Amino acid sequence: MTSRINWFKYSSPASFYPLAGKLIPAFFAVASLLAVCGLYIGFFVAPTDAQQGEAYRIIFIHVPAAWMSMFLYVVMAFWAGMGLAFNTRLSSMMASAIAPTGALMTFIALWTGALWGKPMWGAWWVWDARLTSELILLFLYLGFMSLQAAIDDPRRADKAGAVIALVGAVNVPIIYFSVQWWNTLHQGASVSLTRNPSMAATMLAGMLIMALAIWIYSIAVVLMRVRSVILERERNSDWVQELTEQQS
Amino acid sequence: MKPPRLLDAWSAVVRRDLLSALRHRADLLTTLIFFVIVASLFPLGVGSDAALLRSIGPGVIWVAALLASILALARLFSGDYADGTLEQLALAPYSLTFLALGKIVAHWLATGLPLVIVAPLLGVQFDLNADALLVLMASLLLGTPTLSLIGAVGAALTLGVRGGGALLSLLILPLYVPVLIFGAGAVEASAAGLGAGAHLSLLGAFLLSALVFAPWATAVSLRIAVE
Amino acid sequence: MLVISQLGCVRGERRLFSEISFEIGPHTLLEVRGPNGSGKTSLLRILCGLLHPAAGRVSWNGRDIHELGEEYRAHMAYLGHASAVKDELTAHENLRYSAATAGLAASTTDISTALDTIGLSGFQGIPCKTLSQGQRRRVAFARLYLCSARPLWILDEPFTALDAAALALTRNLLESHLRSGGMLVLTTHQEVEITSPHTQRIDLGI
Repeated sequence: MTSRINWFKYSSPASFYPLAGKLIPAFFAVASLLAVCGLYIGFFVAPTDAQQGEAYRIIFIHVPAAWMSMFLYVVMAFWAGMGLAFNTRLSSMMASAIAPTGALMTFIALWTGALWGKPMWGAWWVWDARLTSELILLFLYLGFMSLQAAIDDPRRADKAGAVIALVGAVNVPIIYFSVQWWNTLHQGASVSLTRNPSMAATMLAGMLIMALAIWIYSIAVVLMRVRSVILERERNSDWVQELTEQQS
Repeated sequence: MKPPRLLDAWSAVVRRDLLSALRHRADLLTTLIFFVIVASLFPLGVGSDAALLRSIGPGVIWVAALLASILALARLFSGDYADGTLEQLALAPYSLTFLALGKIVAHWLATGLPLVIVAPLLGVQFDLNADALLVLMASLLLGTPTLSLIGAVGAALTLGVRGGGALLSLLILPLYVPVLIFGAGAVEASAAGLGAGAHLSLLGAFLLSALVFAPWATAVSLRIAVE
Repeated sequence: MLVISQLGCVRGERRLFSEISFEIGPHTLLEVRGPNGSGKTSLLRILCGLLHPAAGRVSWNGRDIHELGEEYRAHMAYLGHASAVKDELTAHENLRYSAATAGLAASTTDISTALDTIGLSGFQGIPCKTLSQGQRRRVAFARLYLCSARPLWILDEPFTALDAAALALTRNLLESHLRSGGMLVLTTHQEVEITSPHTQRIDLGI
């Protein structure tokens, strides 16, 4: 078994750094290609909606961003938890690197939700269950980032961030369920895409391709950010010193 | 004399904190007065229309209770952290999870329970009927311990951290959303003539799950803080 | 028997010390010396298990202290920079509650004896906020007195703010602990001569 790859090798920041550097351009290329396809389907191929006209087309960005915002929170909590449980530096760095992208996705979901809401309900903001949950998710991301930013010692910041990320991850389903209940109770606005009979196959395809594009884009950005976190945290180590000497 | 068992140590933690709280009565009173003032400001802001007040009353009282409990949380561990008592608790030959639960229980008895007792007075200000007042007390009785339990995690995480108080609110308030929804929802349901049973049992379920997870997460956070 | 092997400590970005190894058996005093910021406090906090070392391990009777957990903490007493004395409680109340939470069997008479021994007989019933810094330190030493049965004492700058009389009393307390088979780990800036059957010394930051 000479050809076996030693995966554990890549769990050390020093060997992960160059690997990530090689992967980033590929991820960006795939993400842009998918985004072009997805947007083309969304804007030109998908039919105009009978009730909502052209305005509905924002869902090709809104829905994938909303999916990604929730998915990234789970991934962030997973890496943070791994860092806390096994004391692996790279896992915690991944968690810190994911948070800003997650917050950005949440923000995009909220922003496009507002843009969609104006023609739909005539208001920029309605207390729809999904939008409200997204808003709370944004607060959770901001809490995680503020806590990490407020603690100077990186190891303590990692651990404290992990606790709040895990507590948040346990709470997200409960919050979502509560908001849903609250929403039906107060008869607020609600939008369900699955209930919409005009949801054509092309629309679904466009949305899935966009989701994939955003997913791969997130990976590329997170890898870039992890690389800078690694350099910042390990700036006193030998391999970073050598790296900077080579480049200068 | 036999060495103290886990339960003795636990009750010593509770009694010490209650005694400390009793000697700092002014602090307890501040939280309570804050609660009353915040709730009393709302009619001044939105007008004294009885129907309007009746409809916003449960939510306003619950939000005020939330803010008052956040205000009190900052003191939960900070004293012990500053004077070294927290180190000694972390070095005690007992589970820190259990001792932290003792501190949370004492904290709730000193700051949460008074809110429950004063709440009906505020309910009267908002023209709630007798049934709704009872449900208000019941929902606070089930909800405020959950607030203390969840809040303890945040209080432990922000120990000795820059901007502790504001950061604590940012971390913890989003997690309070379910308790707020079902706490205020219980009172609204009862005022609307629907039963509050479902809301109250969900609040009970939140309390039970917080009892299982929060002390443990608090203990982990305290160990991070004293490191 | 406390065994420390290949211990290293990193705080923030600074490597405080590395590859420290030593053993402490009964009747042994270990003096930890070094300039400010050399990691004395960190070393002591690693020894009592508050701080995880960056490298190496600490074991008690052959087992890792983090594995032992509560079992190890029942054999150890720690006195840090902060005296762990609550201002709003009296000296007697402070001792009663801290003894109970620390798992020490202490009756009311035990506590009074401890306070008498350390020279606080007249101050039992008044809130500690009216006590001086040195008197609070004495309360912390009274707690240590209640820990007499615990073999390992770890003291961080214990003599700060103590007057000559208190210094003599506390020195007696530490010496009798060593004589009766105890182990003592100590950092201090003051020149306090403690006679001990065995003395070891570690110099950090050189």
